[in-house]
Amino acid sequence: MAQDRPGAAAARELLSASDVARTVARIAHQIIEKTAGTENVVLVGIPTRGAMLARRLGAAVAEFSGTPFPVGIVDPTLYRDDLRHHPARPLSSTDLPDGGLDDALVVLIDDVLMSGRTVRAALDALADHGRPRAVQLAVLVDRGHRELPIRADYVGKNVPTARDEQVKVLLEEIDGVDAVRLERA
Amino acid sequence: MRHLLSVTDLDAAAATALLDTADRLRQALLGREVRKLPTLRGRTVITMFYENSTRTRVSFEVAGKWMSADTVNVSASGSSVAKGESLRDTALTLSAMGADCVIVRHPASGAAHRLAAWVDKDRETTGTPTVIVNAGDGTHEHPTQALLDAATLRDRLGGIAGKRVGIVGDVLHSRVARSNVFLLATLGAEVVLIAPPTLLPVGVAQWPCRVSPELDAELPALDAVMMLRVQAERMRGAFFPSAREYSIGYGLSEDRAALLPEHAVVLHPGPMVRGMEIAPAVADAPNAAVLQQVRTGVHVRMAVLYHLLAGASE
Repeated sequence: MAQDRPGAAAARELLSASDVARTVARIAHQIIEKTAGTENVVLVGIPTRGAMLARRLGAAVAEFSGTPFPVGIVDPTLYRDDLRHHPARPLSSTDLPDGGLDDALVVLIDDVLMSGRTVRAALDALADHGRPRAVQLAVLVDRGHRELPIRADYVGKNVPTARDEQVKVLLEEIDGVDAVRLERA
Repeated sequence: MRHLLSVTDLDAAAATALLDTADRLRQALLGREVRKLPTLRGRTVITMFYENSTRTRVSFEVAGKWMSADTVNVSASGSSVAKGESLRDTALTLSAMGADCVIVRHPASGAAHRLAAWVDKDRETTGTPTVIVNAGDGTHEHPTQALLDAATLRDRLGGIAGKRVGIVGDVLHSRVARSNVFLLATLGAEVVLIAPPTLLPVGVAQWPCRVSPELDAELPALDAVMMLRVQAERMRGAFFPSAREYSIGYGLSEDRAALLPEHAVVLHPGPMVRGMEIAPAVADAPNAAVLQQVRTGVHVRMAVLYHLLAGASE
């Protein structure tokens, strides 16, 4: 996703490092507010960058509210509807909290929401791991172009984009820097 | 990789990718009520076994089913093979019926390669790009067994590169030994074949491994020891004086197992002949990984089917 960056001149910065930090903090506050009084909330990230955001949100929630939520990872690859259109994709890890997902309020977390197909696959994967009481969706960037009836409950930033543009989320854990950029393909 | 015919088709990166996928699949299925993934829905996987097998055939079938493929089993007895149909005609018939994958075990070395050449050549007439997986051809290769052994070793030893693995017994008749030598060498292990000279194949000097006739001398320095079954059904002639004498020279008794370092793992591809190549107490000891090998086998075969069938066909 972020490996092959063409000239930085073609990229427009949507969020700076401090914007990313502020946005994550804001989403954490929103999650605390919206799930107040609810027991058994689980944050589940979609690899690669969604899983990192989930970890950050988990830390932020623990800091702000004093009640840490369990954090997990679910890889939707085996549930994708476009497997036949690409060479076999490598799988990422799946690692869910010991308590499982039955009756939990799951907040699914990804970096960018576009077609909604990844989220659809992740919902199917979650369903095979248990029966959550409800599932909510948090994304850092919603760039539009939905192909399925899916919407996010928590959005860091709404960005109108053209289809041929690319939204690149960079996170320090793998990219060495926090930023969100809009690039022309 | 279009077919899986030989471990020599895999370089270290491709083999490691398969082992990683197997690991991830194990994780994805861990602790689930529904052990079923939708990944291969609508794909047809046919196992075609011309030799007896329990674990390999069932393992492939379970692997296919857990990924939602439709699996069909053909065995030589009870099929048109018994009426005299050739391997080629049977395979092309299955391919024409829409088999996306044919998993073949055959007593003739090279059978899987021939099959792959035929289905590739006749792809236009049969209409289906059928993938061939070698599930054991004669005394030649058994790639998925070597992959599951490697996956088990990697899990137990924390890695394969630099580890010393002894393969003991009937190397001559063992496709498991051959596939393991080449795959483990590709992954950076140091392999030692330990066998009486009569049970070593011609040309073993060109294999990427060392050969030793002395089991007791090798055991203390091994990270893993793989015991092979004596394949009486393939033996025409006297390869050793008696079963008892073989067992004394090359069987893993309790006393011998005590020579292994504490961390060493004992593997056996199964089926085990207890009391012949391995003592019952050794086979059931905590450092024996025999059942882990079987469990891992399903995940490795799922990984193979995933890599060959899930993506776009070339």
